[in-house]
Amino acid sequence: MEITAIYYLLPALFMFCCGVYGFITRKNMIAMLISLELMLNAVDINFVVFNRFLFPEQLEGMFFTLFAIAIAAAETALAIAIIINIFRAVRNIDVRSLNEMKF
Amino acid sequence: MFSNILIYFVVIPVIMLALLGLSRDIKQIRAVAVTGSLALLALSVYVLLQYLEIRQVDQVSPMLFTDSWSWFEPLHINLAVGVDGISIAMLILSSVILLTGSFASWKIDQPKEFFLWLVLLSTGVFGFFISVDLFTMFMFYEVALIPMYLLIGVWGSGRKNYSAMKLTLMLMGGSAFLMLGLIGIYYHSAPDGGQLTWNILEIAKNDAIPHGWQQFLFPMTFVGFGVLGAMFPFHTWSPDGHASAPTAVSMLHAGVLMKLGGYGCFRVAIYLMPYAAHELSYIFLILTGISVVYGAFCACVKTDLKYINAYSSVSHCGLVLFAILMLNTTAMTGAIMQMLSHGLMTALFFALIGMIYGRTHTREITQMGGMMQIMPYLSVCYVVAGMASLGLPGLSGFVAEMTIFVGSFKAGMADFLAGAGSLRLVFTLVACCSIVITAVYILRVVGKLLFGPVYDDRHRTLTDASWWERLSTATLIVCVAAIGCFPNFFSDLIKTTFSPEIFRVLGM
Amino acid sequence: MDVTLPILILSIPLFMFLFLGLLGMKMTHKLAGVLGTLGMGTVLLLSYYTAYLYFFSGAPEFVNAAGERLQYMVFDQTWLQFTDSLAIKIGFFLDPISAMMLVVITTISFMVHLYSLGYMRDHHGVYEHGFQRFYAFLSLFSFSMLGLVVASNIFQMYIFWELVGASSYLLIGFYYIKPSAVSASKKAFIVTRFADLGFLIGILILSYYTGTFNFTELTSVPVDGLANVSQVDINTAIGVRSIFENSAAPTFMGASVLTWALVLIFMGGMGKSAMLPLHIWLPDAMEGPTPVSALIHAATMVVAGVYLVARLFPLYLMENSALVIITVVGAITAFYAAMVACTQIDIKRVLAFSTISQIAFMMVSLGVARPEIHEGLGYMASMFHLFTHAMFKALLFLGAGALIHAIGSNDYTAMHGLRKHMPITHITFLIGCLAIAGIIPFSGFFSKDEILSSCMGYDWVAYLWMSMVAGLTAFYMFRLYFLIFWWKEHKVPEGHHAPHDQPWTMSLPLIILAAISCVAGFIPFGELVSWNGHPYDFMEHFNWNVATVSLIIAVVGIAMAAVMYRKENKLPEKFKNAVPALWDWCYHRFYWDELYMFITHRIIFGCICRPLAWFDRHIIDGTMDSFAVITNKASDAIKPLQSGQIQMYVWYYLIGVLALGAITVVCLI
Repeated sequence: MEITAIYYLLPALFMFCCGVYGFITRKNMIAMLISLELMLNAVDINFVVFNRFLFPEQLEGMFFTLFAIAIAAAETALAIAIIINIFRAVRNIDVRSLNEMKF
Repeated sequence: MFSNILIYFVVIPVIMLALLGLSRDIKQIRAVAVTGSLALLALSVYVLLQYLEIRQVDQVSPMLFTDSWSWFEPLHINLAVGVDGISIAMLILSSVILLTGSFASWKIDQPKEFFLWLVLLSTGVFGFFISVDLFTMFMFYEVALIPMYLLIGVWGSGRKNYSAMKLTLMLMGGSAFLMLGLIGIYYHSAPDGGQLTWNILEIAKNDAIPHGWQQFLFPMTFVGFGVLGAMFPFHTWSPDGHASAPTAVSMLHAGVLMKLGGYGCFRVAIYLMPYAAHELSYIFLILTGISVVYGAFCACVKTDLKYINAYSSVSHCGLVLFAILMLNTTAMTGAIMQMLSHGLMTALFFALIGMIYGRTHTREITQMGGMMQIMPYLSVCYVVAGMASLGLPGLSGFVAEMTIFVGSFKAGMADFLAGAGSLRLVFTLVACCSIVITAVYILRVVGKLLFGPVYDDRHRTLTDASWWERLSTATLIVCVAAIGCFPNFFSDLIKTTFSPEIFRVLGM
Repeated sequence: MDVTLPILILSIPLFMFLFLGLLGMKMTHKLAGVLGTLGMGTVLLLSYYTAYLYFFSGAPEFVNAAGERLQYMVFDQTWLQFTDSLAIKIGFFLDPISAMMLVVITTISFMVHLYSLGYMRDHHGVYEHGFQRFYAFLSLFSFSMLGLVVASNIFQMYIFWELVGASSYLLIGFYYIKPSAVSASKKAFIVTRFADLGFLIGILILSYYTGTFNFTELTSVPVDGLANVSQVDINTAIGVRSIFENSAAPTFMGASVLTWALVLIFMGGMGKSAMLPLHIWLPDAMEGPTPVSALIHAATMVVAGVYLVARLFPLYLMENSALVIITVVGAITAFYAAMVACTQIDIKRVLAFSTISQIAFMMVSLGVARPEIHEGLGYMASMFHLFTHAMFKALLFLGAGALIHAIGSNDYTAMHGLRKHMPITHITFLIGCLAIAGIIPFSGFFSKDEILSSCMGYDWVAYLWMSMVAGLTAFYMFRLYFLIFWWKEHKVPEGHHAPHDQPWTMSLPLIILAAISCVAGFIPFGELVSWNGHPYDFMEHFNWNVATVSLIIAVVGIAMAAVMYRKENKLPEKFKNAVPALWDWCYHRFYWDELYMFITHRIIFGCICRPLAWFDRHIIDGTMDSFAVITNKASDAIKPLQSGQIQMYVWYYLIGVLALGAITVVCLI
C-alpha cells in the first residue's frame, strides 16, 4: 500500500474540523485557544504535505510551517497573557461574560 | 480675490467667528455680534446702492459683481459669486434679521457658543445667497443647516432633542434629493462634448439639459429645496422645530432659512430647467396650493403660539412657491416680496413670542389673556405683526399678496382662456381664500392673548419690553412698514432681475 | 387746482394718527383730544373749501360750458407697478360724489371728535383710559375713509377699504378688556374680510379683461384740451362690456363674466354696508364707543358699499342682472332690518338695524336707477339719501350716546320719560326721528321721496314694498322715541343724580346736526350730483302723489307708535302675545347669528380645521415619524448580530463560507 497525500490530508482535515468545532462550542477561553492550535497545526500539516508531494524539490512549505509554529507559540503566549488579565478583571474566563464592548 | 465686494459677505462672518472665539465676557460677545451684523447690514445696503447704479447702465447681464475662483479644478468646482435684485433683497433681509436676532438673544445662556453657531449659520446663509456655483451653493446650504441641530438641541425648549433631530433629518433628506439633482444638472450642464460646469449662469446660457433629464431632475431639486420651504407634505419639521427653537434661531430660521428654499427653487429648479417647470408645475402647484390653505386651517385650531405661527409660515411660504410656479413676472415679483415680507414679519412674530414666553413661561393661548394691560408695547407690536400677516395695506403682507394674486390670476386666466385647463385659476382662487382664514387665526390669537381680561393674576407683575427688545422689534416693524408703504422700490429692485436673459429662458 | 390742498386733506389725519399713536401717551388726555379735534377741524375747512371750489367756482376743470360736472384727477401717483400697464396708483379724484363725501365725512368726523371730548369721560370729568388712542384711531379712520372716497382707481379703493375695516376693528374693540367687544370686533373684521374676498376677485376679473384699475378708463372719457379732466360717458362702459363679450369666455356658469365681476364687487359692498346675509357684524359693532358708532357704523364707513356701486354705476348699467340682484338684496334687507328694529330693546341696536334698513334704501335706489327712468333719478336719490342719512343718523347716534352717557345703560327699559330731564337731547332726537321717518320739511322726506319716486318709475312692486318699509321705519323710530322720552315718568335709582343734559362739547354737535337735518332737504341736490354730471331740476321729477302717499304712510306709522308707546299700557304686550312666533324671530334677528355660529364653529372649525389638524399630526407627521420609527426598529432588529461573542462571528463566517462554497459548486456543476 502506497501512502499517498490523502492519508495525511484526511487526518489534517479532521483535526481542522475538530478545531473549528471546539472553537465554536467551547466557552472556556483556554479550550478555545487549544482548538485554535489544533486548526493551526492542521494547516501546518497541510503545508508540509503539499510541499512534500507537490514540490518535493523545494522547501518553502517546510519553512513556512516552521515560521507558523514559532508565531503560534508567540501568539499563544500573548493569548494566555490576555486571558490571565481577563481572569484578573472578571474572575472568569468564560467567553460569554466578555460582551461588554458590544453595541 | 478680495477685490470683489461680495466675498466680504462671507469674510465678515468668518472674522466674527474668530473674534467670538477670542472674546471673554458677554459684553464683548454682544459687541462682536452687533457690530458684525451692523457691518453686514451696511455692506448689503452699499451693495444695493452700487447695484442700482450699475443697473441703470447695464440692463442686460443677468447678474452683477460676478467673479469666479477655481477651487477644485478636476471637477470644475469654483467659488463663483454674483448678485441680482433678488439676491440683494435676500441679503438685506438676512442682515436685518441677524441684527435683530442678536438683540433678541441678548440674555442667552452660554452666549459664546450660541453666537458662534449662529454666526456660522449666517455664514452659510450669506454664502448661499451670493453663490452662483451649484456646488458651493450646496456647501453653504449645508453649512446653514447643520448648526441648527445644535442650536435647537442645546438652547431649545420642550421636546428639543426630538425636534432638532426631526428638523435636521428631514432637511437632510431634502438635501439628499437636492444633491442628486445638482449632480445630475452638472453632468448635463454642457452641450455634447463641451466642458461641464457648476455655474448657474453658464448652465442657463447653454440650456443643454435634455428634456427627459429635466423631467427627472426638476422634481429632485424642487422637492429638495421645497422641504426647506415647508412645502406640503414635507412641512412637519417646521411646527416642531420652531416650537423648540430658541427665539433668535426661530427668527433666523423662519425669517431667512426658509427663504433659502424659495430662492433655491427659483434659482435652480425653475431657472435651469424651464421646460420641466412648464411641464411639471401642475404637480407642485397642487401641493403648494394645498399648503396655502392647509397651513392656514391648521393654524386656526392650534393653541401653542409657536405652532400657530409655524403653520402660518407653512401657509405663507406655500404662497411663495405657489407664485414662483406661476412663471410670470408679476407673480414671481410677488413671490420675492412675499419672501421679504414673510421673513420680516415672521421674525417679528417669533421675537415677540419669545419675549412673551420668556416672561410667562407658557405659550399656550389658553393659559394667557389680557396681555395688552400688562405689556402694552409688546402687545401693540404683536397686533402690528398680526395686521401685517393678514395683509393690512401699508404693511408688507398686503403688497406681496396682492402682487401674487394679480400675477397668478393673470396666469390662471390666460391658461383658462387658452383652453389649457383651469388648474391655475382654481388654485389661485383657493389661495385667495387664505386671506380670510388668515384673518380668522390671527384675530383669534390677538383676541385671546392680548385682549380680554387678564387670565392669570401672576402675570400682572410682568414687565414690558426692555430696550434691546424694543430696538429689535421696532427695527422689524420699520422694515415691514417700509415695504408696505413704498412697495414700488422693492418691486422695481426685484424686477431688475427679470432681465431679457431670464425672459428668454423662462419663455415668459 | 393746487395739489397741496388734497395732499393736506389726506396727510393731516395720517400725521395725527402717527403723532397721537406714538406720542399720545406722553401728553395729557386733554391736549391729545384737542389736538386731534383741531387737526380734524383743519381738514374740515380744507374739505369744505375743496368742495366749494368743485361745486361753485365754475372752473373749467370742474364744470363745462353746458353746466355738466366733470371729473378731475388732482394727482395720481404710481404706488405699485404690477405689469407695464397695470399699476396701483394713489390718487385724488374729484367728482360730484367724492366732493360730496368729503363734506359728509369731515363734517361727521369733526362732530364726533368734538363730541368725544365730552363723551369719553365719566361724570367726574375723568378721561377714559386710552383716550389718546381713541383719537389716534379716529384720525386713522378719517384718513382711510377720505382715501377711500377720493380713490382714483378701484385698487386704491380696495386698499383704503381694508384700512377702514382695520380701523373699524380697532375702534369696535376699543374697550378691549370686555370680551363682548373683542368678539364683536373680530366678527366685524372677519365678515367684512370674507366679503372683501369677493371684492378682490371681482377686481381681478375686471382688471384682467380691461387691463386697468382706473375709474376714468372704466366709466368716462377724457375731456379734450384739459389735462386730467374726464367726463362720465356711457360709451366707455359699453366699450368695457364689448371687451368682455368679445373675449374667449364671455360667460361663466350661465352668467356673463362681467356680471360675475360686478356681483363679486358688489359682494364687497354687501359686507361693508351690512346687506343681508353679511349684515351680522353691524349690530354687534355697537359694542364700540357710541361716537364711533355714529361715525363709522352709521354715517360713513357703512355707506362705502353704496359709494362703491355708485362709483362703478355706468358699468352696472351694462348688466341689468347685476342691478336686479342689488335691488332684490336691498329690498329684502330693508324689510328684514326694519322688522327686527321693531323688537329690539337696546337703543343702539335699534339704530343699527335702522341703519341697515336705510342703507338698503340707498342700494335699492341704485338698483332701480336707469338713465331712462327720470334721467337716472335713483342714482341721485341714493346719493342724496346717503347725505341726509349721514346727518340725521349721526345725530340719532350722538343723541343715543348722550342718553347712554347720562343713564349708563344701552337699554331703553332703564330710560323712559327722559324728555324733561334732557331737553336738548329730546328735541334734537325728535328732529332726527322726524327726518328719518320722512316728515316734511325735514331732510329725510325729500331724499326718501325721491327714492320712492324712482322705485315707482321702475316697478310698482318695488314701490309698494319700499313704501311699506318706510312706514315701518316711521313706526320703529317713534317706538324708540316714545319709549325713551315718554312711556312713564323717569325713576332715578337710589343714590344717583337725576340725568341731565350734557356739556357743550356734546350738545353743540347735536344742535348743528339737527339744524342740518332741518334744512338739508332744500339743497338743490340734483344740480350738484347726478350719475353723468348732467344737472337737472328735480322739481321736474318731483311726484306729488308719491310724496303725499309717503307722508301719509309715515304719519300712520308714527300714529301707531304713539298709540302703542306714548303712555304705559298693555298694548305692546298683547301684540307680542298675539304673534309670538313672529315676535320671537324678529327679536332673535331671524336667528342669523345662530346660523353663522353653526357654520363657523361646527362646520368650519369642527369639520375642516380640527380634522385637518388631526390629519396633520397623525397622518402626515405620523408618516414622517414612522420613517424614523422603522429605521430605529430595523437597527434594533439587526443590532444583536453584533453581539461581541466571537464564537457567533465564527458561526456567521463559517455559514458564509459554506454558502459561498455551495454557490460555487452549484455554479460549476
